[in-house]
This record gives sequence, C-alpha cells and structure tokens, in this order.
Amino acid sequence: MNIVVCVKYVPDATGDRRFEADNTVDRVGVDGLLSELDEYAIEQALQIKEKTGDAEVTVLTVGPEGAVDAVRKALQMGADKGVHVSDEAIAGSCALSTSLVLAEAIKKIDHDLVMFGMGSTDGAMGVLPAMVSERLGVPGMTFGSAIEVDGDKVKIRRDGDTATVTAEGKLPLVASVTDQTGEARYPSFKGIMAAKKKPVETWSLSDLGVDAGLVGLDAASTTVENTEARPPRTAGEIVTDEDGSGAKALVDFLASKKFI
Amino acid sequence: MSEVLVLVDHVGGSVRKTTNEMLTIARRLGEPSAVFIGQLSDDATAALKQYGAEKIYVIDPNAVGPYLVTPKAEVLAQLVEQASPAAVLMSSSAEGKEVGARLAVKTDSGMITDAVDVESDGGTPVATQSVFAGSYTVKSKVSKGTPIIAVKPNSATPEAVDGAGTVEQVSITISDAAKGAQMTGVEPKKASGRPELTEAAIVVAGGRGTGGNFEPVEQLADSLGAAVGASRAAVDSGWYPHTFQIGQTGKVVSPQLYVATGISGAIQHRAGMQTSKTIIAVNKDEEAPIFELVDFGVVGDLHSVLPTVTEEVTKRKG
Ligand SMILES: Cc1cc2nc3c(=O)[nH]c(=O)nc-3n(C[C@H](O)[C@H](O)[C@H](O)COP(=O)(O)OP(=O)(O)OC[C@H]3O[C@@H](n4cnc5c(N)ncnc54)[C@H](O)[C@@H]3O)c2cc1C
Ligand SMILES: Nc1ncnc2c1ncn2[C@@H]1O[C@H](COP(=O)(O)O)[C@@H](O)[C@H]1O
Repeated sequence: MNIVVCVKYVPDATGDRRFEADNTVDRVGVDGLLSELDEYAIEQALQIKEKTGDAEVTVLTVGPEGAVDAVRKALQMGADKGVHVSDEAIAGSCALSTSLVLAEAIKKIDHDLVMFGMGSTDGAMGVLPAMVSERLGVPGMTFGSAIEVDGDKVKIRRDGDTATVTAEGKLPLVASVTDQTGEARYPSFKGIMAAKKKPVETWSLSDLGVDAGLVGLDAASTTVENTEARPPRTAGEIVTDEDGSGAKALVDFLASKKFI
Repeated sequence: MSEVLVLVDHVGGSVRKTTNEMLTIARRLGEPSAVFIGQLSDDATAALKQYGAEKIYVIDPNAVGPYLVTPKAEVLAQLVEQASPAAVLMSSSAEGKEVGARLAVKTDSGMITDAVDVESDGGTPVATQSVFAGSYTVKSKVSKGTPIIAVKPNSATPEAVDGAGTVEQVSITISDAAKGAQMTGVEPKKASGRPELTEAAIVVAGGRGTGGNFEPVEQLADSLGAAVGASRAAVDSGWYPHTFQIGQTGKVVSPQLYVATGISGAIQHRAGMQTSKTIIAVNKDEEAPIFELVDFGVVGDLHSVLPTVTEEVTKRKG
C-alpha cells in the first residue's frame, strides 16, 4: 500500500508571528518547522505501515526552500521518501490554489491512502483535505480521532460536537486525523542517520503541468484587506490568597464587574 | 436583491442558535434563504421564518443517505447554480468547513473559515477573523466565484424579523463519487445541562491543577450559570471529555468572562480563550504565564479558593 502524507512547514507558534506589509504571513522573522498537527498524520501513517507490513510512506510538502526541513523531519521519524514542490510562483497562494498544486503532485505519486493533519498551525483552516479529496475525486474522511486500515477499507471515528460518528470508506481515499490519535514519536538517532540517505525529489510547477497563472498571491481567491495586531493584554491585579482572602477579593471583583 | 444561502445547522431537526446568527448576517448581504437538509418540522419552519428566512429549501434526508458530508456539498452546488447567491454561509464546524471546502472546489470559489463577524461592503461580504492565537484581527474578502464563508458561533446577535419562509422542496441526485464514505454508527452526545461552551457568557475551565477533581470547577460554574471547559492536559488525562477542550485543537471561546483554574496558559490554550472579554485565573504558581493576560488573578490553591468563591457567589445571588 502507498501512503502519501501531506505536511506543511509553518512559522513556530511559540515565536512572534506577524504579517508582512502585503498582508502575507511573515515566514522569515520566525523559525519554521514541521506543523505539529501534521506529526499526528505521520505517526498514524507509520503505525499503519507497521501493521500492514508492506506500505511505503511518501511525505509531500508545498512550500518555500526551507520547507524541505519539514520533509526531513518526517523522514527522520520513519517515512520512506519525500517530495518537495517549490516554485516562486506559489508564494501567497490561497487554500483553493494550494489544493490544486497538492492534488496534481499526488497524482504523480503512487497513492492508495492520502493523509493530512487536521489543520495547519498557521492558517488553521482545516479545509485542504476536503479540497484535495474533491479534486482527486476520491472519498474523504476528515477529522478522525482514530483511524484503522483493514484490507482495502479505512475506518475512522469522528468526535463531533453533538455525536460521535464512525465511518468507513474504500481505498483510494483521503483522510485527516486530529491530535486525539495519540502522541507522535520522536526521531531516534538511527532514524536521523537513516534519513540522510532517503530520497527527496524537488518538483516545480512545470513538472506538475500546473499553469503558474492559477496560483500565487495575484490569483488568490480570497484577499486580505487589513491585518491589525490586537493590543496585547496587560496583566491586571494579582492577589495572593491567605486564609480565604483571595476568594473574597475574587468575589468582590466579580461583583464590581456585575457578574454577580 | 440576491439570495444568500444559509446551510441550516440543526440537531435532529431542531434549529441551533448559530443558524439564527447566520440568518442575521445573511440579511446584511441580501435575502436569506435557509437550506434545510432533513425532516422539516413546523417548529423549525417557524424558527427559520422568525429570523428572516425568505425561502426555505428543503432536501429530504433520504436523498443524502448515510454518506459523509459530500452529498451536502452537492446539494449546495446545485442551489448555487440555480440561485446565483451573493454568498453561502455555513457554520464553522468540522462538518461545515468540509462542506464549504468541497463547494469551493466545485464552484471554483474562494472560501473564508472561522469568521467572527461578517459585514457588507455594498453587498460584498467582508469577514473578520482572529488569527495567530488571537493576536491579530484580519479582514478579508472573497475575490473569486461565490463567497463561501464558514461562520463561528456568537458572531452576531440574532435579530428576529419576519421572513416569508416560503418552503421549496428540492430534489437532488447524488453522484456515485459522493457515496464513497459511509457512516456506520452515530452515537449522540448526552447534554451536560449547562450552557453550550461556544455560546456561554461565562466559562469556568480546569486544567492539570485540578488533579482530576473537577467538582470545584463544576460547582463554581453552576453558581455563575457558566459552561465548563478544560485544558488539553486535563482532557488527555481522561478527566474531562474532549468536547470541552479549549484551545488550538479544541473549542475557541470568547465569553464575557473566562475563569482559568489550574491552567498554566500555554500558547495552544491561549489560542482558544485569549479574546475573552474579562479573564480571571486561579493558579498556585505566581510565575504561571496565564497571569500575563488576566484582569484579575489569585495566587492560591484552587481546591480551597474555588469552594469559598462558590459559597460566597451563591450567598450573594441569594
Ligand atoms: C499541537 C498541540 C495542540 C495543543 N492544543 C491544545 C489545546 O487545544 N488546548 C490546550 O489547553 N492545550 C493544548 N495543547 C497543550 C498545551 O501546550 C499545554 O500542554 C496544556 O495547555 C497544559 O495544560 P494545563 O495548563 O492544564 O497543564 P500545566 O501546563 O501542567 O499547568 C497546570 C497548572 O496548574 C497549576 N496548579 C497545580 N496545582 C494547582 C492547585 N492545586 N491549585 C491551583 N493551581 C494549580 C500549576 O501551577 C500549573 O500552572 C496543545 C499542544 C500541542 C503541541
Ligand atoms: N503547503 C502545504 N503542503 C503540504 N500539505 C499541506 C500544505 N498546507 C496544508 N497542508 C496539509 O493540509 C492540512 C490542513 O491544512 P489547512 O487547510 O491549511 O489548515 C495540513 O494539516 C497539512 O496536512
């Protein structure tokens, strides 16, 4: 079985993330890394590989030069090979265009199961899995809090707001998984060494046959009109509790704000 | 005036408050048309009319079958073709986003998710989002196709105005491609009896500091008429269900008052509560980062502070 895992290279969420003058995300000022939420997808892919025994895991990323770091990390965790789609023209693409690039790249890779994280930690739209499933014309099962492959069937559990749903589909198929699927492994020393020899291909838009006019900031289907930093919250009054004094002060505060 | 399609959010036929909010937003942009997939009752019709639905498109639930969300996107694509709406709104839930994402590809349209407000710029929707863990406010427009906007709960104050509520049955054929993923089981969640987390005016949340005992948190919440939330550490420990997790991979809440107890205030948690109007924390570590964003903080043990607060609140409320 061939598994493709789509991963994104994102600015570190613990860094000081900001926007550029053109309202695109500043990807230089903050260190980039493999989106933490995509580690869960890699972990599940590796577990499926371990269970079925005969799977090959390819990691795919669309992003700037540095994005190959995200692929490397996945290879260190245990994925078999990587594909990095990189092209100046892609910068500033909207989700709709990104899904086109991802879908065309996936078509060039042998795939049965295509896996995604639940959302990128920067854009956090969580829409690419559904968009790619739609473009590939294969079933999609998103936001799985558990995933299982049984022959040519894939089963997921989705923990929704009003119900827990179980669903089943047949390969080929697109699935996205949440952080409820279980902690991702750390690369071992052996894994880090082995990753150095694993193949990573770099593809441009012309390798994919995608017209550069369909992607990038100018072709974006949504436009950011305005970005504004929220004024940082400033710490208010802090009291230390001594024999119930903290509780009293808290209640007085609630009353002063008319919450009681 | 153009129609604005609103995909009705309902549970077993009863219309959720988020739908009233979306209908209110839709009226800013054009004529609201509700799209109801399911068995439409008189109560539901009345609820949709009450918040201004001019039309109610009804799709028989049997038409969409036991399949996952894909058929719903096909329903909307058919209606978009038919009605050329000014926009399509759906709730920004896992399902709503997926329906919207598929519709975006089908109609080659731009999509905006997680809108916390939508205004009209001469009929063109301008959506407000809160990004980077709530540290930025962003306004965007859709510049291609039919604007598709997934709207978060509490993004508008529902305004009641009578709509015509003309019911129109829609027949639809679902493609074979949409039938590839099928639901095999649905287990409804039990209601907690407390306000809905994303809609509550007050949220009291507990973290690892509860040590697994949520009773003081729940009791304080009940004395304030609040919803209960939890940090991921508490959820991962199995102390509280995942549905109540607040943060990056849980719910994003923006209540009038957020009370964080035994929660350190990691960036991923802040992403879910940072835009709350007033924030209070109770934590025994005065260095906890949560104290950087509070309006009022108590350095102390939640197991002694919360019960005293609960008692006093109950007394004062009489
Ligand atoms: C990809 C990713 C996604 C994540 N998503 C989320 C998310 O959605 N939501 C979320 O919450 N986290 C999320 N996290 C986890 C987050 O990073 C933190 O680990 C988590 O929020 C910590 O929970 P906590 O504050 O309850 O626990 P801790 O950080 O352990 O803090 C417990 C606090 O309780 C205090 N305390 C202990 N005992 C007492 C007492 N008796 N009285 C008062 N105070 C006491 C301690 O001083 C401490 O400050 C995510 C992490 C990752 C990597
Ligand atoms: N540029 C990208 N390259 C590869 N995969 C991506 C990219 N952007 C997003 N993804 C995948 O799509 C998921 C959802 O992303 P998003 O819709 O941006 O929240 C992520 O968790 C990744 O698995």
